[in-house]
Amino acid sequence: MLHNIRVRVNGEWVEACVPSHRRLLDFLREDLDLIGAKEGCGGGECGACTVLVNGEPINSCLVLAVEADGAEVLTVEGLGDAKDLDPVQEAFVQNSALQCGYCIPGMVMSAKALLIRNPNPTRDEVVEAISGNLCRCTGYARIVDAIMQAAQAADAAGPAPAGRAAGHAPAAEVSRAGGE
Amino acid sequence: MAEKTTYIGTAVVRSDALEKVTGAARYAGDLKFDRMLYVKLLRGKYAHARLVRVDASKARKLPGVKAVVTGTDFPYRMGLYLVDRTPYAVEKVRYYGEPVAGVAAVSPEVAEEALGLIEVEYEELPPVLDLLEAIKPGSPLVHPELHEYEHVPAIFPVPHTNISNHFKIRKGDVEKGFAEADLIVEDTYYVPHIQHSPLEPHAAVALYDREGKLTIWASSQSPFAMRKILSQSLRWPMNRIRVIGPYVGGGFGGKAGLNVEATLVPLAMKAVGHPVKLVCTREEEFRDTFVRQGMWCRLKTGVKRNGRITAQEFEMYWDGGAYTEYGVNVTRAAGYSSAGVYDIPNMKTDSYCVYTNKPVGGPLRGFGHGENHWAIEQHMDQIAHRLGMDPVEFRMINLQREGSTNATGQVLHNVGIGKCLEEAARLIGWTKVTGPGKIEPGVKKVRAKGIACMTKAPAMPNDAASTAIVKLNDDGTVVLNISAQELGQGAFTVLSQICAEELGVRYEDIRIYPVDTDHGAYEWQTVASRITYSCGRAVMEAARDAKRQLCDHASRYFGVPAGDVDVADGRVFVKGDPSRRVPVATLALGATLPDFSGYGGPIVGRGKFIPEGIVAMDAETGQSPKPVANWTYGAQAVEIELDLELGKIEVKKVAAVYDAGRVINPVTAAAQVEGGVVQGLSIGLFEEMKFDERGRLLNPSYVDYKIATAAEIPEMLVSFVEVPQEDGPYGARGIGEHVMVPTPPAIANALFHAAGVRVKRLPMTSESVRWALKQE
Repeated sequence: MLHNIRVRVNGEWVEACVPSHRRLLDFLREDLDLIGAKEGCGGGECGACTVLVNGEPINSCLVLAVEADGAEVLTVEGLGDAKDLDPVQEAFVQNSALQCGYCIPGMVMSAKALLIRNPNPTRDEVVEAISGNLCRCTGYARIVDAIMQAAQAADAAGPAPAGRAAGHAPAAEVSRAGGE
Repeated sequence: MAEKTTYIGTAVVRSDALEKVTGAARYAGDLKFDRMLYVKLLRGKYAHARLVRVDASKARKLPGVKAVVTGTDFPYRMGLYLVDRTPYAVEKVRYYGEPVAGVAAVSPEVAEEALGLIEVEYEELPPVLDLLEAIKPGSPLVHPELHEYEHVPAIFPVPHTNISNHFKIRKGDVEKGFAEADLIVEDTYYVPHIQHSPLEPHAAVALYDREGKLTIWASSQSPFAMRKILSQSLRWPMNRIRVIGPYVGGGFGGKAGLNVEATLVPLAMKAVGHPVKLVCTREEEFRDTFVRQGMWCRLKTGVKRNGRITAQEFEMYWDGGAYTEYGVNVTRAAGYSSAGVYDIPNMKTDSYCVYTNKPVGGPLRGFGHGENHWAIEQHMDQIAHRLGMDPVEFRMINLQREGSTNATGQVLHNVGIGKCLEEAARLIGWTKVTGPGKIEPGVKKVRAKGIACMTKAPAMPNDAASTAIVKLNDDGTVVLNISAQELGQGAFTVLSQICAEELGVRYEDIRIYPVDTDHGAYEWQTVASRITYSCGRAVMEAARDAKRQLCDHASRYFGVPAGDVDVADGRVFVKGDPSRRVPVATLALGATLPDFSGYGGPIVGRGKFIPEGIVAMDAETGQSPKPVANWTYGAQAVEIELDLELGKIEVKKVAAVYDAGRVINPVTAAAQVEGGVVQGLSIGLFEEMKFDERGRLLNPSYVDYKIATAAEIPEMLVSFVEVPQEDGPYGARGIGEHVMVPTPPAIANALFHAAGVRVKRLPMTSESVRWALKQE
């Protein structure tokens, strides 16, 4: 059975007709060519497919595209790019908190979600927030360091542009928020 | 005047960082092509069975199905060291999960549906599941045709048995050595099958075009080796096979050689003009890609009362699985490194690779060494305690040092293990340990420390070589053409640093592109911790060649001798005259002389490297003056907290010290160590592939096969010793695999110091530790 859905992905409304069984992950990767979210297990075990739906981190392999109808979806592609990195991405670069990189988009999105709901996390809270994101390369230490640093950087820069982070801002505001 | 910038030993930002944090980095599974088809594989349902009938006729008729293949369609044997493996089962399935048929269809759903239409009739054969039963006379044979298989000369199969390689060390006189000993210690150890479990499952796309050319895009550590295996097996010229390697989402050895790609070749040949794509499921990743072989061993050591080891006898039996095309080399590597870091005058080692009806064994990060060091490093502590000596003190007496010989009789020089062990002990705050930990009544948690050493050499053929090409663009930016793979280890970063250092350009101006065997400089494989060492040397030479050309241009341009010009920070200048300098761009394509005539031409530098002087080991004794390219040493010390009620081990702190020869990038090097320590911790405490009595894998998921999460990481203290490697770039040698080898035995030794118990079978789960405590 096919369904018409309307999803706001990275600040832009997308209308599509999807079969019932289409997973949100496939909708993003196959239909929208947003390949940042990765499939690592297909069973919600590894976190590589983490994206934010209405500001909450979810395993997009466990959510159907139809369930995202009307929702705000933020993927790593909507977070920032080379000329305008999100503080989380910047901190991952500065801390060398990546190796093969396959888990990183999911890791970055889990970190982003944490900092949206808790801008000043403790180290234990960071560990808990990413304990559903598996990484086989890094040993996690630098990733935890990076997220702590991103939190401190955001703290030093004053209140975060929460609208952008949560995906609630219209597209125009998104680009403005990025300039700050 | 520009200062000479030094990139060696500098923590530059990883060259792949931006791509990877923004989601721009592409992996094989991210690739999409027009007319692409999706592949699913039908997998065998028995560990050992004859294929009586495979009927795919109904599947072929399903609309949307473009190609179906079975084993008889493509009965070519392939393999890197022993040619024993077909992409699809032919006549027999030899493990539960072996591909029986493949389907390429317009969607994954159609492909899956087609699998259900393939009829397979099996006649079950007695499975060979027990390693030690498999070596007994009269055991059913997994490969009765073993004697017919081609193999490299360094492999010694025993015809008409399940033993696909028997590697031997015969050094000195073990009988005499044991007779001289005051104490003989003997024990057995076991490591189970484990999985690399990179986060990126194996993925590949294959296209057979109308011209008859095969192109494969694969998540692979070995594009050139893959091309070679296919070319040899199919008897095709290499210029008909092209392998392209995007970023690899974690390899750890599991993506070395030829893997799932082979199953795509016959499908691509049937669906001419359609790229056919396979992405393994996590279940397939666990069971149907290379696994680390299980290993059972018996280790016996003779020692004098003063602590000096006199003799060692070591028997290792490797649970090689259904095909041992790569696993035979694991057996070999574990054999020639069987002395560990110790100077042992008399040795007898037998390392057997054994066929069983289990998943296919292959290389896993530091192969052979994580396994044999699990035994050796516990054994050393056991001996020390029997002698009433401190484990560090006992090791110090027996460590290899200048002039020592290892298992192969090779005389060793520039050995850094003593420094590594001292530093690891210092960092963890080692205090003399004189015996087993004793549990005081009422105590619920105890802390203790343990230590272990390691050494490893690259296990590779003597002709494993690297090449590099340095091309200057018009604007002075640089294309560094190498075919090492970026698996996450930081190869692109470190090789760019070496290029920048030698050429005198900015690190940021160097770019490395994905591997393409049609256009790329040759590289054997990205394995064996050999890239910084081997490809690094090729890059050095290529960059120096390019710089020589640049200086030649500059000498004509400025009208001075070539020796009077230099390149630094992207500028070419006359030494001692700051006013006379130009950007590299000015001379990259040649020099325009004062009379406007051209000189030189576009700059292309070339470099190559092969480790020289390696001598094959003697077939009967394993002896050789130089059996391998180099040895890397390291030591790790751990501090654990043991919950005596739960048997749970928590690793609180790890000190890891490696002799890197020369650290090219302190951050990527330390990051490698941290990742290795945690992988070692994970293998030590959690990881085991579990099989039922029919050979079925019971835990092919991250829920049932736990790997370490962020919640389990210890405090990590990483340090490097730098005893230069003579032929390494700036003295560097590899460390990538070594770093996970000593973690499990160091934990096991700490466990003994905590509670006086030893778990000699990995992993040290709460259950097994609790059981050991109860036995006490």
